[in-house]
Amino acid sequence: MTEEIIIAGFGGQGVLSMGKILAYSGVMQNKEVSWMPSYGPEMRGGTSNVTVIISDTRISSPVLSSFDTAIILNQQSLDKFEKAVKPGGMLLYDPNGITHHPTRKDINIYQIAATDKAAEIGIAKLFNMIVLGGFLKYKPIVADEFIHKGLEKSLPARHHKLIPDNEKAIKIGMEIVKPYHVI
Amino acid sequence: MKELRLMKGNEAVAEAAIRFGVDGYFGYPITPQSEILEHLMAENPYPKTGMVVLQAESEVASINMVYGGAACGKRVMTTSSSPGISLMQEGLSYIAGAELPCLVVNVVRGGPGLGTIQPSQADYFQSTKGGGHGDYRLIVLAPSSVQEMYDFVGLGFDLAFKYRNPAMLLADGVIGQVMEKVEVDDYKPRWTDEYIKKSFPWATTGKNPNQPHVIVTSLELDSARQEQVNLRIQAKYRECEKNDVRFEMLHCDDAEYIFVAYGSSARICQKAIEMGREKGIKVGLLRPITLWPFPTQILRELSYKVKGMLAVEMSAGQMVEDVILATENRIKVEHFGRFGGIIPSPQEVVTALETKIIGGK
Repeated sequence: MTEEIIIAGFGGQGVLSMGKILAYSGVMQNKEVSWMPSYGPEMRGGTSNVTVIISDTRISSPVLSSFDTAIILNQQSLDKFEKAVKPGGMLLYDPNGITHHPTRKDINIYQIAATDKAAEIGIAKLFNMIVLGGFLKYKPIVADEFIHKGLEKSLPARHHKLIPDNEKAIKIGMEIVKPYHVI
Repeated sequence: MKELRLMKGNEAVAEAAIRFGVDGYFGYPITPQSEILEHLMAENPYPKTGMVVLQAESEVASINMVYGGAACGKRVMTTSSSPGISLMQEGLSYIAGAELPCLVVNVVRGGPGLGTIQPSQADYFQSTKGGGHGDYRLIVLAPSSVQEMYDFVGLGFDLAFKYRNPAMLLADGVIGQVMEKVEVDDYKPRWTDEYIKKSFPWATTGKNPNQPHVIVTSLELDSARQEQVNLRIQAKYRECEKNDVRFEMLHCDDAEYIFVAYGSSARICQKAIEMGREKGIKVGLLRPITLWPFPTQILRELSYKVKGMLAVEMSAGQMVEDVILATENRIKVEHFGRFGGIIPSPQEVVTALETKIIGGK
C-alpha cells in the first residue's frame, strides 16, 4: 500500500498539522512516511500545502506531481491540484468559498462542509480534524488507535487534554462527508 | 534502545549533534535551515550534556568560533545555507590549512547571489572543488533522507577527526524540510578533557612542561616548509580517496542506463526508476554518498557495462563533469536539471532519459 496525498488550503487552516498528525499516526502503525511542506514565500501569507506519503515500503520521492488523494480547502488550491489527482483517485474538498466546483469525471469527489460545521458547533480550531475524519472515512489507511497515538505524539503534552475533542471532531467529519461525484 | 521519531531533516541534524556528544554549535539563522538552531535552542543541551549552543553575530563569526573550538580538539560545528556558506569560505580554507576537524552543514538554496529560499544543488562545485583559496578539499557527505541527516552528523565528525580536515554535509531544502521517520540513538557523553589531551597531541589543551609548544596556524612563510604541509595534506587526501568513498547502487544489476544523482535528486530518480521500469526501460541509480571523494572507480566499472548515464542535479550541470571524467567518454553522459528552486518531477526525469540518452545521438 502506498497513499500519496496533497493537502492544500490557506495558511492558518491547519493544513500542515493535519498532515503531521496523519504522518505520525502512520509512524505509530509502523508505516514508512514522508511529510513535505511548502515552505516558500507562499507560507508567508497565502496558500499552504503539504505532501504526505504513507507506505508499506521504502518511499522514493518526497516531492510528487500527481496524487492518489487531494484534500482541498480553498479555490486557488482546487484550481491548482484538481488536475494533479491520478485517474481513479480521490478529491475531498470543503465547498466553503468555492465558486468553481471540480469538474473531473474520472475521479471520486467528496464534499465536506467542515467550515460550516466547525462554526455551528463552536470548534473552529478543530476544523482540520473534521476534514481528516472525512478523508479517513473513505481511505482508512491508519487505524483509530494509531490516530490516537499520532495525536499524542504530535501535540505537546500540555494539549493532550484536547485529544478527546480532536477525536470527536474526526468522528463528526466521518458523519458529514458526502459524495459529490463517484465513478 | 532505539527510539522512533518523526522529524524534519534540520531537526535531525540538531538532535544528532546533542546525542552524539558534540561540544559546540555556532550558527546564524537562514532559511531553509533555521530549524537547526531553533531545535538546539529549544532543547537547550548545556545543562544536560555541556554542549554550547551560540547564535553568532554573523556567519564569518560562526566559522571562526568553529576554528577556535576545533583547535582545542573539541567537536564543533556550524550550519548555514548557500549565501552564508559563501561567507565562511575563508575560515574553511584556514581550518583545512591548519589541519583541524570540524563539521559544516549546508542546506542548499537556489543561487547565485541571495537567490531563492527553495531547494537547489548548485553548491556542488563550491563544496567539492574548494570554495576557498588554496589546495584543499572538504570531505563532503550527501544525505538523501532524514535518517541520513541524523546518521551523517556522527559519520562526518568521525571522518573529520580521522583526516583532521573539515567535513561537510551537503543537503538541500527538500532534505532539510521534509519530515520522515528517524531512529535516534541514546545520548553519548562528550569527550573528556583528559581524553582529548591523550588522543590529540595537535590540540591546544594547555602547555605541558615536558612537551614542545602546540601552535595551530595555517601560516607558513618558508616555502619549503609550506610545500611539506601541502604534500602532507595531499597524502591524506589520497588515503581518504582510497578508504572512504561511499555510494549506493539501486537496480544496477541488469541496468542498461544509469541515473547518477545525490541527495533529494536521488529520491526523485528512485521514483523515475519505478516509472521507467514500468515502461520496460532497464534503468538503475548510482547515488554518490561521498561527493568528495567521488565514486570514480565504480562509475568507471559501470561505464563498461551500460549504454549511457544521466546525471540528475538541481543545478545547471556540475557533478556531471565528474561523471564524464570517471567514464572517460566511453558512453553517452548527459545532464538533466532544473534550477532556481524548481524541483524536477520524476516524469521529467524519465522524459530526459528517453530524449537525451536513449533516443539521443
